[in-house]
Amino acid sequence: MRDRGIIYGGLLLFLGFATLPVWHNLTAGVTAKGPNPRLPVNAKQCVAPVEFMRTSHMSLLLDWRENVVRRGGRDFTAFNGKHYPMSLTSTCLEQCHGAKADFCDRCHNYAAVSPPCWNCHLDSPRDSKVAGGADHRLTWSAALLRSAR
Amino acid sequence: MKITRHAFLRMGGVSFLAVTGRKLLDAITRTRWGMAIDTAKCLKEPNCTKCIEACNHAHNVPEIPDRRHEIRWIWKAPFENVFASEVDQYSPLRAAPAMVLCNHCDDPPCVRVCPTQATWKREDGIVDMDWHRCIGCRYCVAACPYGSRSFNWMDPRPYIHNPNPAFPTRTKGVVEKCTFCPERLVAGRPPVCVEACPEKAIVFGNLADPHSEIRELLRTRRHIRRKPELGTNPSVFYIV
Repeated sequence: MRDRGIIYGGLLLFLGFATLPVWHNLTAGVTAKGPNPRLPVNAKQCVAPVEFMRTSHMSLLLDWRENVVRRGGRDFTAFNGKHYPMSLTSTCLEQCHGAKADFCDRCHNYAAVSPPCWNCHLDSPRDSKVAGGADHRLTWSAALLRSAR
Repeated sequence: MKITRHAFLRMGGVSFLAVTGRKLLDAITRTRWGMAIDTAKCLKEPNCTKCIEACNHAHNVPEIPDRRHEIRWIWKAPFENVFASEVDQYSPLRAAPAMVLCNHCDDPPCVRVCPTQATWKREDGIVDMDWHRCIGCRYCVAACPYGSRSFNWMDPRPYIHNPNPAFPTRTKGVVEKCTFCPERLVAGRPPVCVEACPEKAIVFGNLADPHSEIRELLRTRRHIRRKPELGTNPSVFYIV
């Protein structure tokens, strides 16, 4: 058993490498911190209750899309009777959420999902060089997951 | 619950009346958008490109210098190319440019071939596009006899210099064309090219309404359409 040091050292090294994603996320504080999206300051209420938006905002947006493009309807009556124009850029972003990097991207990157909305819809009026802007906050493991798909 | 014969017949009668009433109402209040371009007025300013610029800006149409990748919604083409059968070598119209755009045909061949209904004909006659659904097969590009459709061979965003945030851009791999501005029509405004024309050479209106400005114009002036022999029945008229 003269090689004990090498064997245990190698094992330790292997374990270290195998669990590298865990260590990386722990040191970067990503896992513990959560996605932490920046909430709008000038609005208290979204177009639907928060619980609904958290789980089903994608269905609502798809519904808006069908309404605007296929049925020509553009007015959305919210659950509290308020009216909103159905528009991703001018209603969701400009009225409340601001830049997508502060809100949409934080959760989407955390969950390693990449919806293609912003391939066409414009982020903000000033943001003319928008291509590829979504990726700058990707964590290492999220990037790995994405490239595996 | 039991339905008597009498009640059944009554229900049937009421439903029939409701359906025919609705159809009748639709027939009376029908909208069929169309456009008339006065070539003589357009010719007054031979170097004017205001309608093209306004459209390109409003719809984030990229300016790609490479003609193989060019995206066009409304553009200028020599009259003799657009109306090859209408002009001979002595015709005064030969040199004149003609504004060309999607004809929003009554029987659009692009709609017939689209496998995903990404392009479809609306109730008001507009041949609209849903870029979410376009899979980039380019059947419509092949089907359109007017060359009104452009394909995004590459990401158009680097070529959009002053983007309009109110309208989306397109992405690589989708087809695009003029849509007669439904986003403006819903707000009661005419298409952006109509508003931009300093000579008021482009008239837009409801072809189904016999008292509309466009119908009055078509009643009194000689006009032609592109390739009428194909039976696509274009909604864009050229007053000559």
